[in-house]
Amino acid sequence: MSAVSAGAAALRDAFLSALVALGLFGAMIGLKTEVGPTSLVLVPRPWAVAIAVAVVFAGRLALLTWRAWRPAGTPSPRRLVTAGARAGRFVAPLLLVFAITLPAYAGRYWIDLGILVLTYVMLGWGLTIVVGLAGLLDLGYVAFYAVGAYSYALLAQNFGLGFWTCLPLAGLLAACWGLILGFPVLRLRGDYLAIVTLAFGEIIRIVLLNWVSLTNGPQGISGIPRPTLFGLTFTMDGGPGSVADFFGVEPDISQRVIFLYYVIFGLALLTNWVSLRLRRLPLGRAWEALREDEVACRALGINVTTTKLTAFAIGACFGGFAGAFFATRQAFISPESFTFMESATVLAIVVLGGLGSQLGVALAALVMIGGTELFREFAEYRMLIFGAALVVMMILRPRGLVSGRTPSVSLGSSRQISADLISQGRG
Amino acid sequence: MAYALQQLINGLTLGMIYGLIAVGYTMVYGIVGMINFAHGDIFMIGAFLSLIALTGLAAIGITSVPLALAITLLFAAAIAALYGWTVERIAYRPLRGSFRLAPLISAIGMSILLQNFAQVSQGARVKPMAPLIEGHISLFPDADFTTQISAMQIAIVITTLLVLGVFTWLVTRTPLGRAMRACEQDLKMAGLLGIDTDQTISLTFVIGAALAAVAGLMFLLYYGAIDFYIGFIAGVKAFTAAVLGGIGSLPGAVLGGLTIGLIETFWSAYFTVEYKDVAAFSILVVVLIFMPSGLLGRADVEKV
Repeated sequence: MSAVSAGAAALRDAFLSALVALGLFGAMIGLKTEVGPTSLVLVPRPWAVAIAVAVVFAGRLALLTWRAWRPAGTPSPRRLVTAGARAGRFVAPLLLVFAITLPAYAGRYWIDLGILVLTYVMLGWGLTIVVGLAGLLDLGYVAFYAVGAYSYALLAQNFGLGFWTCLPLAGLLAACWGLILGFPVLRLRGDYLAIVTLAFGEIIRIVLLNWVSLTNGPQGISGIPRPTLFGLTFTMDGGPGSVADFFGVEPDISQRVIFLYYVIFGLALLTNWVSLRLRRLPLGRAWEALREDEVACRALGINVTTTKLTAFAIGACFGGFAGAFFATRQAFISPESFTFMESATVLAIVVLGGLGSQLGVALAALVMIGGTELFREFAEYRMLIFGAALVVMMILRPRGLVSGRTPSVSLGSSRQISADLISQGRG
Repeated sequence: MAYALQQLINGLTLGMIYGLIAVGYTMVYGIVGMINFAHGDIFMIGAFLSLIALTGLAAIGITSVPLALAITLLFAAAIAALYGWTVERIAYRPLRGSFRLAPLISAIGMSILLQNFAQVSQGARVKPMAPLIEGHISLFPDADFTTQISAMQIAIVITTLLVLGVFTWLVTRTPLGRAMRACEQDLKMAGLLGIDTDQTISLTFVIGAALAAVAGLMFLLYYGAIDFYIGFIAGVKAFTAAVLGGIGSLPGAVLGGLTIGLIETFWSAYFTVEYKDVAAFSILVVVLIFMPSGLLGRADVEKV
């Protein structure tokens, strides 16, 4: 095809796209419904439609041009995998050093953002056990996060227990709920499992919202105590028993923020370490075998019931830890924080990271949470961009950011393989 | 007794709306094997399009209610169908044949995108609308509780039945329906036998979106107020209905929708309105424990 006719075809394609965009946006953007004095009125906005259509036209044209001029052929998966493995060897320690040293030079805003990202990293690593290793699609992970948060908040309020006492309790309670959810869904697979876990997450949220005598309903629980450093509190007055008094420094709000940062950093590393160790145990190998083929697992005498239940319970346990941390960090929780959006975000991080790759989860959390944070100025467009980014990244990298896997068990030296070879979560 | 009858009527009306949305879920699932998370949001877009059309028609002076409803129905279904087509083209087609979770995440992204698109373009406030059809029929006026069927409910039930009738004819009697059923049984084989599978899948999304838009109009008429968030809740319930009826089964979707609608209404009437969703979800869990493939679904035969 000559360059001229190719150009004409591209123009025609872009024109058709613009026409579709006109159909899509004409009514939704062009006619805004406003609540008038007596009834609804329509406010026409032709310019907004024109801009949207023009953007689609230009975008489509740019995409087609880029496709035409891009060097032909894609790099082979194997080359990509080895390149990824080589890069991964440097990226992981670099990220670790970066995370450890961040509070030394970053301001309060960045440390707060770091805490947020690390919370999602921890949730992602927790969910990786369920979705990435055991292959059980869980759309209600936020339920365990909520159980952990409310466990700590209620225990602290009603029994005056501290953060460090409640942390294991919150994990334990969340694990119990993991088992409670696990039992009925043992026989379900794939999407049936997904919808039941989603329903479970919604049930927990509705109960938290409506059981006002226990949870204070939509008002939430406030005044949740902050964590202490070996019994030393982070109070601003610097009185006896506070960190500032003990070390003889000026009390400063950033001390608590930095402390919280290292708490979540430690918790996240614990999650990572435990799941890496678990993968080497017979239990972890059973999880991965279950993910690949459940029928073969049964035939080989693996107890599918306990294998699934432990995956749910351990994954839920880490969700509970993260929830307790969330409660102590915010000092205020309400059912608002535990919507399906959270489950979706965590699952997106896990899948985007490459489902089962620990480094991938960290990178994906950094990109998705840190990335959308950069758009904070465009507050109302932020979630719009988040949604669009999910679609675009899935199309560009369906296997996730890190698409190589190191087998947990191998004969001889372990080599990276492409993620395409892993079946990953059929049910 | 009369009270129960009233709840039955209300439940059936609500169930019809859920059933219409559930059909879209189950159709897409049957053919492509993915949960189309954005479907609930297409329903929401359909409701907004209906609102815009009805307001616009009132503004230009079309006062005949049947005419206004017919124009709105066609307009909302057509534009929503375009949304369905675009969503499939952008977010799902490039991921066909990819591993299972990729389209799911893409669908969740699309759902977030559509929801926030509606919020940004139409505003976050709840949009109320004056009731379009007034009047009702009273049954047993002598009893201590008067059962009422509103004209709106009759209109909703009749429209839904008509649309479902056309849809059933489309699936069972036309070449397109045959192609769709073939794709549902075996996508690859259907392709080998000369069916344009890409086109069939596109049309499936288009039809599903049009049905969802009809449901959106019904929802708007029934509740008289919409906002950008209705898609999520209705979508989850409709998907629950599809799973309950046996995912992939079209009559099952309608049956599941009616079941969910009835459970919700009766629970609200006799127990607590706050926990109606908990009741619906609990029934789902119970049904799936005892009938893992839903009410009318085929049991999966695992081949080794």
